Amino acid sequence: MTFESLSSPTMVIVSLTAALLLLSRDWRVSVVTLAVQYSGVFVLTALSWPLEMAAVKLVAGWMACAILGLALMEMPRRGREEISPPLSHALFRLLAAVLMGLMVLSVAPTVATWIPTIALGQTIGGLMLFGLGLLQLGLTEKPLGVTLGLLTVLSGFEILYAVVESSTLVSGLLACVHLGLALAGGYLLAGETVSEVS
Amino acid sequence: MISLSTPLVWIVFPALLAAVLLLIQRRERLVTGLATILTAGLAFLAWRLPVKELFFISRWTIRLSDNWSVLGRQFILGAAERPALIVLYLTAAFWFGASYVARPGRGFVPLGLGIVVVLTAAIAVEPFLYAALLIELAVLLSIPLLIPAPGAFQRGILRYLTYQTLGMPFILFAGWMLTGIETAPAEPALVLRLSLLIGLGFAFLVGVFPFHSWIPMLMEEAHPYAVAFIFLLMPGAITFFGIYFLDRYVWLRDSEGLCVVLRSTGVLMVAFAGLWAAFQRHLGRMLGYAVILEIGMSLIAICLKEHSLGFGQENGVGVGTNSAIFFVSLLPRSISLGVWALALTFIQRQTPTLRFFDVQGIARRLPVAGSALIFAHFSLVGLPLLAGYPVRIALLNSLAQTSFYTSLGVLLGMVGLMTGSLRTLAVLVMGVESDWHSVETWGQRFYLILGMIALIVVGLFPQWFLPFVADLAQVFP
Repeated sequence: MTFESLSSPTMVIVSLTAALLLLSRDWRVSVVTLAVQYSGVFVLTALSWPLEMAAVKLVAGWMACAILGLALMEMPRRGREEISPPLSHALFRLLAAVLMGLMVLSVAPTVATWIPTIALGQTIGGLMLFGLGLLQLGLTEKPLGVTLGLLTVLSGFEILYAVVESSTLVSGLLACVHLGLALAGGYLLAGETVSEVS
Repeated sequence: MISLSTPLVWIVFPALLAAVLLLIQRRERLVTGLATILTAGLAFLAWRLPVKELFFISRWTIRLSDNWSVLGRQFILGAAERPALIVLYLTAAFWFGASYVARPGRGFVPLGLGIVVVLTAAIAVEPFLYAALLIELAVLLSIPLLIPAPGAFQRGILRYLTYQTLGMPFILFAGWMLTGIETAPAEPALVLRLSLLIGLGFAFLVGVFPFHSWIPMLMEEAHPYAVAFIFLLMPGAITFFGIYFLDRYVWLRDSEGLCVVLRSTGVLMVAFAGLWAAFQRHLGRMLGYAVILEIGMSLIAICLKEHSLGFGQENGVGVGTNSAIFFVSLLPRSISLGVWALALTFIQRQTPTLRFFDVQGIARRLPVAGSALIFAHFSLVGLPLLAGYPVRIALLNSLAQTSFYTSLGVLLGMVGLMTGSLRTLAVLVMGVESDWHSVETWGQRFYLILGMIALIVVGLFPQWFLPFVADLAQVFP
């Protein structure tokens, strides 16, 4: 079995994970979902890159998840727990995600013509992550939400960018950016806790 | 013979030192002293050290090459990058030196040095488009520098992180699209896509209207000295990167539409920042609007081709080159922002907040800090005899020849900032107290007076200083 045959299911998985990140209010679900999302990013990147280089994304992504998870575990219980939002809140986010999904499906074939050799699965997967990440950024002002949104946006971008750029240096720098974002997110999460406690 | 390369001297060595300083950050005096001496030394070396030639130190023969290969890509610091290195490391030396009295947090110096190193790497990396990634790393390093102790974070820092991170993908993608297009692309749709990607990328990174909201917010939330340092370095480095971008693609640089867009956006930012500053009631946010005004001025200056800077013409330095006014404005901006931020830091220590209500009459207790703040404010407005004046005059002179209405917009912004400075002056000296009793330390007075003298000397004798900074423009003929 090759990665090409996994392209379509992976595209669906990454889209679902991005939507779940938008809807989830439980940090444990969010971190695990992000880890699954990175697995999908690895598969979609491996369509364009050698396996060992694509694995960098998986390792860096899982390390970012671990950093965020550790930062959240360090927080006092009160800081981690989210007040259950009303149903309308979840419905609104779900509808927004569906709209974004429809928009991505409509523009993906056009975008695919701009980038030579890109597979449709990569285009849809990348754009879905980019769009849903942007939506997440627009709907939250909490450090965890912003960090997850930024990591999702960057993952989407990297799937598309991997098709046109295969430099080792870029791969390394992008991995550093993911780790740095997770560290910055963890740092700001600690700040949020101190603010709440004080 | 010992073979070294310039990136080892200006990137690897200071990076290692930044890591060591981070480990010993509790010893503030030692850390500040070491970093100041090192950065000043590196600026001196950038000025004097011969590249690609043999030179002798004691018994050793040393040859300095200008490139260093990492993972198949090159980092190049040659003669063309020397002025940028001198400016970067000299600025860092001054800011680190004054940080001992400003006390923006123990991590300021090591992290600041780290940021300087990453920005140097951004100048050196080839292909130059990878600089977008390094700028993002500098942004990530700046987070703990801006919020030194967890607990003080608010929305401004999150917006800063979001906008800066969003800019990177657009730049990288635009860079890929531009690969191989040295001449004008024939397809109008491609030009539109490119323009959108480049425009959005740089708008996010520099904080161009309407992505500027984090600037005053951050100025209100974080330590003024740390924020001003970032506001000086980051927009400067990004604009430098932008000019490099334009220089690389001649068809982009020569396109009429680009200059119109840059000028219009710049004027919009200057006019609105001036208007907001005129009605501002928070000293930190006031500096934030001054920064937005400066970014607007930079956008306007990028496309101006100046033939009469009024200084340095005898040797022709920096005259007649594109963007010369932008480079010339770096020195007055650096001094003004430094003095302003330092004064704000001392004021902040004496008051609960920097709101007008809380700082009323503070100049009676902090006369030197109050004076320095007003001096710096006036300098950025472009008041005669201060450092900002020669640059403002050159910009307005050149702009008036291009477009009358554009220069009117810029004047409007300057009047707004001037109104803000007069209101600040009134608030700082008002109050019921009749006695003037200074509570400033001699260290604080020394740095502030030094800064005010620098503002006056550069304003009175621009020909001594500005031609050197204008040399930066020679990199982009």
